[in-house]
Amino acid sequence: MANSPSLLGVARAVLRRDLTAALRRGSEWSNPLIFFLMVCSLFPLGIGPDPTLLGVLAPGIVWVVALLASLLATDHLFRGDFDDASLEQMLLSPMPLYPQVIAKVLAHWLMTGLPLSLLSPLLALILQMPSGGIGVMTVSLLLGSGALSFIGAIAAALTVGLRKGGLLLSLITLPLYIPVLIFGSSAVQAGAQGLPFGPQLAILAAFLLAALALAPIAISAALRISMDQ
Amino acid sequence: MASWAWFHKWGSPRWFYQLSGRLIPWLAVPAVILLCGGFVWGLAFVPADFKQGNSFRIIYIHVPAAAVAMGAYMTMATAGAVHLIWRMKLAAMVMKCIAPVGAALTFLALLTGAVWGKPTWGTWWVWDARITSVLILFFLYLGVIALHQAFDNRDAAAKACAVLAIVGAVNIPIIYWSVEWWYSLHQPASIKFVGESTIHPSMLRPLMATLAGMYLFLGWIVLSYTRAEILERERNTRWVKDLVEGKS
Repeated sequence: MANSPSLLGVARAVLRRDLTAALRRGSEWSNPLIFFLMVCSLFPLGIGPDPTLLGVLAPGIVWVVALLASLLATDHLFRGDFDDASLEQMLLSPMPLYPQVIAKVLAHWLMTGLPLSLLSPLLALILQMPSGGIGVMTVSLLLGSGALSFIGAIAAALTVGLRKGGLLLSLITLPLYIPVLIFGSSAVQAGAQGLPFGPQLAILAAFLLAALALAPIAISAALRISMDQ
Repeated sequence: MASWAWFHKWGSPRWFYQLSGRLIPWLAVPAVILLCGGFVWGLAFVPADFKQGNSFRIIYIHVPAAAVAMGAYMTMATAGAVHLIWRMKLAAMVMKCIAPVGAALTFLALLTGAVWGKPTWGTWWVWDARITSVLILFFLYLGVIALHQAFDNRDAAAKACAVLAIVGAVNIPIIYWSVEWWYSLHQPASIKFVGESTIHPSMLRPLMATLAGMYLFLGWIVLSYTRAEILERERNTRWVKDLVEGKS
């Protein structure tokens, strides 16, 4: 046991491995972004190009589409590791699952939530959102997408062993996403109208911290259940 | 260990089957009396509300359905936790059997809420916090049912559903306090455990009767459903065969 790695070391190794794999594959981080861009640009075509109408709808549109894009990416979170049995190795290893799970979700967020948040100001401009909302939108998405990644990971872990997990994943994840959506889009709306948006952002941050603390427990339990069957 | 004997006894499907058979009449009879009595009392004898007229009477279906839908979710999540912690198979069966009943009650609460909303608020549906969070409750029930059906392995299904039910339980306090936190169209709670209720006693008494009746009704339905589930799962055991053949 001379070279027993530390908890942080394990987490760092998992993070580095996942990021490398995702960067090499490319489609993993680019597909949700393209989806985000395309679906957002469908809305002006669907509801008409009227700038005032679009400006009113923009906070909700961007948030809902970001949520769907994040959902789209969630299915891959454990699927690859499950298929090549490295998930089994993670569970069998003497290291606790908690830091490994956090590292995996963090890698997932860095590949989806972070780029989505950074791309959102561009979409806000396209959708004619009032400029007051743009900064709030980026911050709310940064906080909210982190919570979404953790919540989605619970459902991904529950469905990873199922052959047709994809649709089921959205069915059980979306109800859990709703509170984040409500506070996220209401923060952006408040910002766009020049109203105070601090409370909503604080609640989003609280969601993120609660998810960071509690979701890994549920994810670990769910992974064990999925591997047992 | 003697203090745990009752707990393990409860975990035995056979014992549960026999006990619940004796328990069901004690739930069913008062449930029918309280529900029917409460409905007749509330619909025919209680004076009309001075603001809402007769339309308030749907309260006698709406409030019990909504309250018991939430209670059923908490029972489902608790049964899930019991199953995860003590590996009690029976808790898994109860959890599975509550989900469709709870979903139906939630749907009834949403439906009667819409029917009530039309004459009072002038709309079938508003995106009010209470209504939206009850809609989420309905989706959570559907998620648990769908997840259970997706697994081939019954034990894995039970454990996965238990995790989902426990995670979804965060919604329950949101529903409960939503009328206080976001004060919009839905009225805040009129019945209070501490302090005086803001509802007139003549209206409150039949409501209490239907509320109690609905809880008993839930117990009755879930027990019956669980008994059917037990027979189905234990169909290869001696005691079920004896039971079916009328030997015991």
